[in-house]
Amino acid sequence: MELCDLSAFELGRLLRQRKISAMEILDSALARIRAVDGRPGTAEPVEGNGDLAREDAQRVHAFISYTEDQARAQADAVDKKIAKGEDPGLLGGIPFTVKDIFCVRGTYSTAASRILANFRSPYTATPVERMLAAGGLMLGKVNLDEFAYGSSNEATAFQPSPRNPWNLEMVAGGSSGGSAASVASGEAVLSLGTDTSGSIRQPAAFCGVIGIKPTYGRVSRFGLIAFASSLDCPGPIARTVTDTAMMLQTIAGPDRNDNTAAVVDVGDYLAELEKGVRGMRIGLSPDYFRITTPNPDGTFNEEPVPAEIANTVYDAARRLKAMGAEIIEDVPMPNTRYGIPAYFVISRVEAASNLHRYDGVKYGYRIPEPVDDLREMYKLSRAQGFGQQPKLRILMGMYVSAAQYSAQYYQRALRVRTMIRGDFVKAFDPKGPFRLDALLTPTTPTTAFRLGAIYGDSVLMQYADQLNVNANHAGIPGITLPAGLDAGGLPVGIQLLGPDFSEANLLRISRAYEIATQDEAWRKVRPKVVQELA
Amino acid sequence: MGHTPFWLREMTNTITKEMFAHLVDLAALQMDAEEAEYLRQELNNQLNAINELEAIPLEENIPLTSHGVPYTPAISPAPRHDTWYPYPNPEDILGQAPQAEDGYIIVPDIPHTNLE
Repeated sequence: MELCDLSAFELGRLLRQRKISAMEILDSALARIRAVDGRPGTAEPVEGNGDLAREDAQRVHAFISYTEDQARAQADAVDKKIAKGEDPGLLGGIPFTVKDIFCVRGTYSTAASRILANFRSPYTATPVERMLAAGGLMLGKVNLDEFAYGSSNEATAFQPSPRNPWNLEMVAGGSSGGSAASVASGEAVLSLGTDTSGSIRQPAAFCGVIGIKPTYGRVSRFGLIAFASSLDCPGPIARTVTDTAMMLQTIAGPDRNDNTAAVVDVGDYLAELEKGVRGMRIGLSPDYFRITTPNPDGTFNEEPVPAEIANTVYDAARRLKAMGAEIIEDVPMPNTRYGIPAYFVISRVEAASNLHRYDGVKYGYRIPEPVDDLREMYKLSRAQGFGQQPKLRILMGMYVSAAQYSAQYYQRALRVRTMIRGDFVKAFDPKGPFRLDALLTPTTPTTAFRLGAIYGDSVLMQYADQLNVNANHAGIPGITLPAGLDAGGLPVGIQLLGPDFSEANLLRISRAYEIATQDEAWRKVRPKVVQELA
Repeated sequence: MGHTPFWLREMTNTITKEMFAHLVDLAALQMDAEEAEYLRQELNNQLNAINELEAIPLEENIPLTSHGVPYTPAISPAPRHDTWYPYPNPEDILGQAPQAEDGYIIVPDIPHTNLE
């Protein structure tokens, strides 16, 4: 165990006892990055041979850019504060990474797209600002699917793309793949990701770490490069529930720069954490134990979630019941299967709208060759700057929102969104038949899949998010917890979904589950890249 | 993938080549024939999935949801005062422009028609 493998909570304790310094923590994280990460992703073509490809296949590749100098200055400031007897902040001395879709002043903020490869942000996103103000040490920016459009992190313009620290032939998940991979491999203790349809929860589950998508409006989106503005949620990725609570505590709350950041008291997540689950009502829904996909003829194909994953969820329910929770079975969530079709429409319309700003005029990529007129400059800059995923989303967004199709697609999808929200409202209604504090589900329909297995098939890739996306439609919070390993040694995740602004309860249940499983053999197993260092 | 996913077995042609070319133009994009055909097929495959929405029985009075969480007055921030704050580093913003001169952003000729 190196310092970088400890929890933020434990590091904070050792730091305050002056047994270690922030600089030592930072050096430990930097040493881990050097040992496992390999070369950072780049948008420039790299002359390579077989040796380079073989070398790349042995590394995690979470990073796009490093901010080591700033991290050193920040660590020095934390150590000076502690020497003077001052409080270093809730995240004092804790190394973290930032998904490269957040603007951080002075850094390249690329969204993993060629069109922003040269963009240096003039300001800093609110959640990052708050982590820095709390004493956190920012190590650098980590990889993602271009503009967060993907579920495997392969769709990045910055190659090589991240690999799963548990098995380097598997994807890290996406779109916050670099975030999840950096935390799982001990390069960082915390990471800031975003979740539009599962982009925090799915990679966290694939990499065996914790990820929470907070309630829409719980965390400010100021400084986040927008994908789908009504669905995007910044949130923490961490290795322990306590660390997740510490980070969410730091970044949550109103922000004068984001009028969608709700004026709702954040409370004290850490004070609530150890209160247990006695008397809480936790639901299971059959609609989250099957995968429904459409056939071209309008019929549906239904398959059960793999037994290994389903049994992990049932085991969690038994453990929570043994700790005093009440388990409510057969909660109907009948609109679950419409989540992806509705998302295909809503997210594309919003993405197309958000991507019109990239025009080669104000910032970002412009075609270097002289052109005849402005329109040609737009077209060539966008054609060369965007990868295939952004192009697909722009084109689909324009099609389904066109005047003649809008009623058929966009408005219909927004009505379906109302029905999806209605399922949750009913399940969580304190006066309703179920009165749930949380719904317990699998996080993903499979464990991490092989690199290249799905990439290129944009429909199949989107269906990887189907157990996550409805929390984004409904705006409610969701958390994924590591819950074991499958027969292939890959992490399995379980998900808890709760009512609006119920993060404190979700973290409480999560902590109870963490305690209930702390002696399990799988808790002792570490990702392959970390094992191999020993 | 070892098998063709079931929704790809029939290539649908809802978005025709002509319609696709029009969308590409509206989107201010440009692409070669090979990329265009791949993206057009992906769009049509996605439309197959989207068409599931049409089978959902919807009552007329179901409202649209544009945000999941209702923004009630109780949780909405008060509107900001209309106060002007000077931006501390305007040169950092202008410095991002691919081509700028004397505080102006330079672009190629803007297409225009001379009125008679």
